[in-house]
Amino acid sequence: MSNPQQLRYSKEHEWLSAAEDGVSTVGITEHAANALGDVVYVQLPEVGDTVTAGETCGELESTKSVSDLYSPVTGEVVEANQDVVDDPSLVNSAPFERGWLFKVRVAQEPEDLLSAAEYTDFAS
Amino acid sequence: MSNAPRLTALDALHRSLGATMTDFAGWDMPLRYTSERDEHHAVRTKAGLFDLSHMGEISVTGPQAAALLDYALVGNIGGVATGRARYTMICREDGGILDDLIVYRLGDTEYMVVANASNAQTVLDALTERAEGFDAAVRDDRDAYALIAVQGPASPGILGSLTDADLDGLKYYAGLPGTVAGVPALIARTGYTGEDGFELFVEPRHAETLWQALTEAGAPAGLVPCGLSCRDTLRLEAGMPLYGHELTTSLTPFDAGLGRVVKFEKEGDFVGRKALEAAAERAATNPPRKLVGLVAQGRRVPRAGMSVVAGGEAVGEVTSGAPSPTLGKPLAMAYVDAAHAAPGTEGVGVDIRGTHEPYEVVALPFYKRQK
Repeated sequence: MSNPQQLRYSKEHEWLSAAEDGVSTVGITEHAANALGDVVYVQLPEVGDTVTAGETCGELESTKSVSDLYSPVTGEVVEANQDVVDDPSLVNSAPFERGWLFKVRVAQEPEDLLSAAEYTDFAS
Repeated sequence: MSNAPRLTALDALHRSLGATMTDFAGWDMPLRYTSERDEHHAVRTKAGLFDLSHMGEISVTGPQAAALLDYALVGNIGGVATGRARYTMICREDGGILDDLIVYRLGDTEYMVVANASNAQTVLDALTERAEGFDAAVRDDRDAYALIAVQGPASPGILGSLTDADLDGLKYYAGLPGTVAGVPALIARTGYTGEDGFELFVEPRHAETLWQALTEAGAPAGLVPCGLSCRDTLRLEAGMPLYGHELTTSLTPFDAGLGRVVKFEKEGDFVGRKALEAAAERAATNPPRKLVGLVAQGRRVPRAGMSVVAGGEAVGEVTSGAPSPTLGKPLAMAYVDAAHAAPGTEGVGVDIRGTHEPYEVVALPFYKRQK
């Protein structure tokens, strides 16, 4: 599987897009989606919530288990992906595209985010 | 003994198919090949192929094989006709369930007992101990067989193209020796998916040949390889109990709603009779809890061990839970206080990480195939 070059990654298997007007998009990686199996339920942070890097902000439920969703950055949630709430399988079928999870106005980024190459090494 | 997981004869094949593997009862088994939801739907609508070689086969033979099994198990095994199979249980003296089993009568004095992988050694030990004084031999045949299941509405057609055996004459819960794709096999019409299907017991050295032949013959009908993940959602929809979840040593068959498998009318004593008579009486007059089905009104998924609640109080416990691919809703099996166990009971929920999610109490099974 390939991890898009333009994104950065957390060790909790989230991806983070480069900020546009201060806003980044967050999702989970294909590696994480595959490990979870079919995702059947997602609970996302709500617009206006403050999320903190490395802390829980939602959950992802698959056939076999439930996993916490962590935020890769600190900031304010400005949009949650309603499409993925309605159809959680988007997390599996298009983790880097339509299966994105939420958008956040970045207040602070941790220093240990990984590049695509570093994440590929980390996850393999 | 090494702690390395045991591998089935099909291990290399699973890896070449890209299966996600998982440890199950000491075996490295395929969890899924692609999407467990797709595999589930394939079994419901077309056909699925399973490697179940981790199941534990135990042969019981000899002039008193039937008498031994009638003493050791709760079912009427002597009454099973040759070529037929029976779902039964092995219990402790106190009535607690050691395992649920399928017993095939292969001949007049020849039986094959199939135990769950996690309990195979326990069952083998119990049968060996209980065989004392009987003119019968108990043999560990776990390494003698690979087990491949083909399940789903297309399975008779697929298997029929590979065998001369009379599948039309093979009833549900029956088994006969035959040849499939040139391989000698015990062909059994049994399964754990709620669908029509077959379980094929073969020598491990023939497993790959058989798997490949079924794969090729099944491809036009939509057969896909299936892992243990969809097996669990299939059996849950079909309301079938799983050892370690709905069945444990702390429950009798009557507590599990399966008292019908206990045959008090059979001749002679059997292990657990006295305790089971008391359990039957209790279940008829004052049952503590009942096994029910729960259907979620929302989308959060109940898991084993979560509390069933009513009026803010715990009234039961979930034993199995999963999203149902067929019904499109989360389902659970749960033991619930008798007062809240009637289908349609209002106000029942499941405590999912602190939130009481509403559930509907229903009779099992959730899904029954159209015949």
